[in-house]
This record gives sequence, structure tokens and C-alpha cells, in this order.
Amino acid sequence: MAAPEGVALELHDVAKSFGSVVALRSGSLTVSPGSIHALVGENGAGKSTLVKIVAGVHRRDAGVFRLHGADVDFGSTAESKASGVAVIYQEPTLFPDLSVTENIFMGRQPLGRARRIDRAAMYAEAERLFDRLGVHIDPRRPAQGLSIADQQIIEIAKAISLDASVLIMDEPTAALSGVEVERLFAVARSLRDEGRALVFISHRFDEVFDLCDTVTVMRDGDYVSTDAVADTSIDQIVSRMVGREVAELFPKTPAEIGDVVLEVEGLSSLGTFHDVSFSVRAGEIVGLAGLVGAGRSEIARAVFGVDRYDEGAVRLAGRPVPARSPRAAIRAGMAFVPEDRRKQGLVTDASVARNVAAVIRRGLTRAGVLTNRDENRAAGPWAAKLEVKTSALDMHATTMSGGNQQKVVLAKWLATEPRLLIIDEPTRGIDVGTKAEVHRLLSDLAGQGLAILMISSELPEVLGMADRVLVVCEGRITAELSREEATPEAVMHAATANVTHTGELHPTETQEVTA
Amino acid sequence: MSTATLDRPDRAVRTYPAYSKPLWRRALLTREFAVIATVVAVVFYSNANVPNFDGPLTMYYLFLDIAPILLIALPMTMIIITGEIDLSVASVMGLSSALIGVLHADAGLSIPVAAVLAIAIGAVCGAFNGFLVAYVGLPSLAVTIGTLALYRGIAVGLLGTKAITDFPEEWTDLAKERIFGDGTSYPTILIPFVVLLVIFVWLLHFSAFGRGVYEIGLNDEAAHFSGVDVERTKLLLFVLSGAVSAFAGLYFTLRFGSARGDNANGLELQVIAAVLLGGVSIFGGRGALHGVIAGVVLIGVISSAMRLQGETVNVINIVIGALLVFSVIATTLLGWAQAFLAHRRAPAPRPGATP
Repeated sequence: MAAPEGVALELHDVAKSFGSVVALRSGSLTVSPGSIHALVGENGAGKSTLVKIVAGVHRRDAGVFRLHGADVDFGSTAESKASGVAVIYQEPTLFPDLSVTENIFMGRQPLGRARRIDRAAMYAEAERLFDRLGVHIDPRRPAQGLSIADQQIIEIAKAISLDASVLIMDEPTAALSGVEVERLFAVARSLRDEGRALVFISHRFDEVFDLCDTVTVMRDGDYVSTDAVADTSIDQIVSRMVGREVAELFPKTPAEIGDVVLEVEGLSSLGTFHDVSFSVRAGEIVGLAGLVGAGRSEIARAVFGVDRYDEGAVRLAGRPVPARSPRAAIRAGMAFVPEDRRKQGLVTDASVARNVAAVIRRGLTRAGVLTNRDENRAAGPWAAKLEVKTSALDMHATTMSGGNQQKVVLAKWLATEPRLLIIDEPTRGIDVGTKAEVHRLLSDLAGQGLAILMISSELPEVLGMADRVLVVCEGRITAELSREEATPEAVMHAATANVTHTGELHPTETQEVTA
Repeated sequence: MSTATLDRPDRAVRTYPAYSKPLWRRALLTREFAVIATVVAVVFYSNANVPNFDGPLTMYYLFLDIAPILLIALPMTMIIITGEIDLSVASVMGLSSALIGVLHADAGLSIPVAAVLAIAIGAVCGAFNGFLVAYVGLPSLAVTIGTLALYRGIAVGLLGTKAITDFPEEWTDLAKERIFGDGTSYPTILIPFVVLLVIFVWLLHFSAFGRGVYEIGLNDEAAHFSGVDVERTKLLLFVLSGAVSAFAGLYFTLRFGSARGDNANGLELQVIAAVLLGGVSIFGGRGALHGVIAGVVLIGVISSAMRLQGETVNVINIVIGALLVFSVIATTLLGWAQAFLAHRRAPAPRPGATP
């Protein structure tokens, strides 16, 4: 295809909020044809939202969005595809039972006589595409059983057959081995040389520096900078990704650190995390930092007994906690506020009282009988303590805001009077005011001697709240940093450890994660 | 060892009212109340217009007829509230009936011993269902369609086409006896039913276990995260279902004085229809026992009134089927109406994005 003059994709001050949560404040991105443009930023910086706006998944609230100079506004992914935008996600979505070729031509199969699908033409075209990409995949084989890398190649083939002029790859290398990454890069370079515009999202800086020519940094939903890769350095980009004052935002008052409450020893689960050992003391907030998908939530779930683990031991206050049983974990004194409030944290179709009393209700029965009145009497004060906003205790949690729901979940677990609180993404999807309330609460609880294990993808939250930071990268704890040592740069370096520190890829290590 | 002593919220400032709506709205504007009101209306109408409906014999036979459905509806309600289903209940009844016949007539066991064994085997049948559903993770619809055929097959295999009819009269009479003497309308089977009803009402509505049952139906993942043992709960419910079904099989055998492998064929659908009519959601999480009892009684009253009017079984089935469909539609319509009203009442949404 001919490379048009000017810019292929242009976004200016694009904003997007979901309810009261601002996902994107002012996203800007300008990509020229024949260029591979890196888009980097922390979790929650707004990259994915920006990509979804370009892909037509979300509609922007405000801002300029131009494709080849013309204003566009996509209401669906079909519209964006028709305009020549292709997005390749980290986990491709192919139909596993259909052949590779059928996947490429899904919905626009070439028709032969009597409107029958012309299979011969389809296979020939697929073979041509694969030749052009320099890969050897049998066009007749089913998509099932293809490696993630090959699945991405199929997606790319689809994009080329659609003659996409803008290709966006959202963390395509996260699950690839070194060889596969090289092949993907070769394909990407050839597409660039054809004059297409590519956007490459990655957390691996050496890949960014190897492949891309321009890099745009985002932070907290805002555009930060755009530079030619040749004119910048990893350190410069890292500091731009995290650069902000964090100290005042999240005040953790120093608490007296007591005895060890939680001990985790050599915890392993095949393919998710490996040899994880740490401890949490009374009065201490330990932060689990790392990139999304590094295995932090999985570790927490295994500790609480929701998921199984293969090896290792969990002890609470010196006593072993049986595996695979949330009930045993609760009895031992653990509380777990999960990542997904609506699916895991509470029963949204049940009343506030039932939700708050959900874990303690066994203790509320009198002569084996449990009444609504018992539950209301127990739940009311806890709801009040956390300042849950509801008109009555029998209101359902369905329509509550995220922050209010989180308070219900916290009330439910604090009512159990736990010794250890595991809290996964304490403030995700919560408005700013409630966020501060949650942080103050966590700080108070630690002050009262509660041990807290906090998982957070928001670096400022981790740095502001945690007494100690454990950084998880690809299922392993790669760094343990004290409050003083935990700078944004140190955490980011450890979170992308095996890539940034050595400056080259280790195929064996990355492969282990995909296994 | 320092312990985390959180402030107990004794001095909490804010208090919440327990309920958002007044008592009459919570009691009267419910699906359950609608079914109860329909029962009352149908009974009043029939008393006035259907000849012989108000006689003691009508109620007596009505209770005799619906007793198995009443019994099995108790565990079925709890199973459906967890989002599962048990289609094998009538086959367990048949198996229990055949077993009692074989154990009594061929093995020479007394009725109580044969009954206890049959109920134990019913519990084992339920445990097998429950194990496959809860621990193997198979869909209960598929599992119990399979065991529906399996248990019925064993039952028919035990007796072939023959029927065993030589049961001691004291037992067959007991099944038909009246509690308050001749001329009254309450058969003795209502005594075990009331005992079971009390147990099930406690289990579902007044115990921590019952709260877990509703949570599993609404969101089993959240229930699991809060320490509800989802697998064990489901297993226990299927065991209860098997045992109660076997007991219903015992009653069925004694009432008709006949043990056959094909006894109570197709009864599972009548039970499920009654439970759904009583306001239990087939998707789980919603329903209450008073509604279910009213649902069973409603179906019983309608069929009995129409039978007295001289209608055929086919017409009765058409009416009950239409009622069931209407009740489902009514719930959906009510849902739409409520959503519409809530939408109207809510503040107007922010004007859409103007790019």
C-alpha cells in the first residue's frame, strides 16, 4: 500500500471516564506511516483505554481523533476495522475449532459459484499471506493448539488481508519466547517498511529500544512526552513514567511492628508462581508490587486457600494453615478483600446486612436459629463504622458505587476481627475521596496491630502505604525493598527485572512462564 | 504475641433503618403473596361454584394426592435456589417403591426395616448425584437426566412388569388414615410433612447454611471467597433430595398398596412446575418455602376443582401449563415495569459524548 503523506493516526487530548473514574484525562498520540511507535506507561496510565478508543471498543468523551487526517468516531470495532485499524491483543481471540484460514477470513469468505465459499481461493490467499510474513503455518490446520506467538501471527495476517494501515499491538511479547519475539519483530519491521503505522505497547524497555523509532510516555491518564528513541534512555523513560510526588498523597502513620503473623514458605504453583517466601508482621503493611499478570493476585489467592498450590507452606501466628480451604484460612484469622468486588467480593444481589454478616453469621445463631434481626444488629454497627452510604440495611449492593461496595466488603471482613488482612487492589475503580478514606483506614488498622498484605498496581499507592515492598516479576519475588529503598525507579526496575537489568532476552526464563 | 484488637464499633455514630420499605409492602408485594392470594381466590370460587368441593372428602383426597409433591418440593426448592436441579427424584421414588416390595415380599423384612433401607439407598442415590455435580463439576441437568434413566432402569429391573401388592393392612391403612378421626380431611401423611417442613424452613430461612444456599445461587464465586463450602452444601442438598424422595416412594407404595418399578413416573416435572410456580427462580438465588407450598397447593386445588367439574386430565394439564407460563411472563413483565419506573425516577443521564 502507498504511504500517505502526513500522519496515519492522530489523537489529541482524548478523555474518557467510566462513571466517576477517570481512565484517560488527556491522551495524545501521533503516529506516522512507516514508523513503529512505542507507547509506554505504568498499569493504569491509560494506554489500554486509549487503544480501546482507537479500536472502537469505547467512545471517547472528548478530544480529537483523526485517521489519515480525517476526523473519525468509531462506535464499534467493525467500524474501526473497516477504516483500516487492526488491534492485536496480548491474548488473541481465535475460534479454536476452525481452521487457521477460516479464522483469517471470518465473515468475509471469498465466494465462488452459487455463493458457495471458495475454499481453494481462501487457502491460496492464506498461503500467500504466510509467505509474505515468512512463517510456516499450515493454512488447513485448526487454530486450536497453536502457540500464542502463532496465534498473533494469524491475527497479523488477518490485519494485512484487511489492508490495515494502522496496527496496534498491545503487549504482544508478554507471553513469547526469545525466538518468537525475534520473528514477530521481523514481521513488524517488514510491515513498517511497507509504510504502515505500528503502535507497540510493552513493558520491556529493551524491546522498545530495539524495535521502535519513537516513544510516547503516558502517566495517570495523561500524555507526558514523545521522543525519538535515539534521543532518550531507559532511565529517562522510567523516571517519566513514575515521576510525581507521592509522599503526601498516601500518609501511612508509622505503627509499632509486632511479631510475625503470616509466614509463607517456598510457595509454588506450576506455571503461575515459583518459590515464593515472605512474612508479614503485626502492624505492618507489606506491598506486593509488580506488573499486571506477574502473579501477585495468584499468590494471594493461594495463601487464602481459594486456589491450590503445589508446594510450600502457609503459617499464621506460627500455626500451619491447611491448603485449599478459605474456611480454614478464615478460622485461622485471615481476611481477603479480592480484586473483583462484583464477582468475588460480595453478592451484589443480596442486602447490605447479609453481605456484611456473610462471614460472621455462624457466630450469630442463637440455639441454631439465625434471623434477619440478628444479622441486622451485627451488620449495622460495622456498616456505620465504615460509613457505608445506604438508606437501609436491606438495600442491595447492586447499584452502589465502587467505593461504597468496597466499604461493604471491608466491613464484612473487619467484622471477623482478623489478624491478617489481604487486600487486592484496595482502591481500583474508586473515586478519589473514598480512596483517601480507604488509605486512612488501612493505616489505622495497621496502627491497631493488624498485619496487612496489600497488592496494588498503582505505584504511588504501594510507595505511600507500604512499610515494605515485595516486587513480583513473572511469578517470582525479584526484590524486597524497605520503605526507604522503595523508589519508583527501583520498583519498576525489579518489576521488569530480567529484561532491563541484563539488556537482553533470556529465552529460557520467558519460556518457563508460558509453559 | 500481639493480637490485632480492632476497635469494636460500640460507639458507632450512624445507625441504619433495618428496612427500606414498610412491612405491608415487604409482605404483600411479593411473588409468594400473589400465589397465596391466588390459592385463596381459587378455593373461595370453588367452594361457591363447584359442587362437592367444600366436602371433607375433597380436601382429604387433595392432600393424599399432593403429599409426594409437597414432600419432594422441600429439598427441590433448596436445590433450585443453588442454581442446580434434580430430575431424578421420581425415579428414586420408583426405586424406593420397588425396593420396599422386594425387601418385604421376597426377603421377608418387616415394613419399617425395608423402609429404612429404602430411604438409606435413596440417600445414596442422592449422594451419587451430588458427588458428580459438586465434586466432579458436571452440570446437574445432564447428571440427573442420566440418573433419571439409571435409577428408573434399576427399579424396573428389580420387579420387571409385576407388582407386589401383599402389604400388611395396618401399614396400607396408616397411609390413608385421618389424623382427627373419620370425616375430617387431614390424612396422617401431613404429620411427617409438617415435621420436614419445620426442618427445611429452619435450614433455608433460619440458619447460616441457608444463607449460603442463597449466596451460591446468586454468586457462587463470592460465596466461595467468603468461606461457604459450595461443594459440601450441594452434596448435602442432593442427599436430602434422595432421602426425601425415597420416603415419598414409601408413602406412594403404601397408599396404593402396590410396589412397582414405574410408580410415580414423570412426577419430577410436577414437582419442578410447582416449585417454579411458587416463585423460585430457575436461575437460582430467589424463592421461599411459603411460596412453594402455595404453588403445590394451587396446582392441587385447581386440578381437584376441575376434576369435580368433570374436566378431563388433558384440559387440567392445559390450564396448569398456561398458568405456569403466565407466572413466568408475569415475573418478567414485573421486572420490566420496575426497571422502567426506576429509570424514570433516576436523574436524567449526563448528555452523551459530543466528539
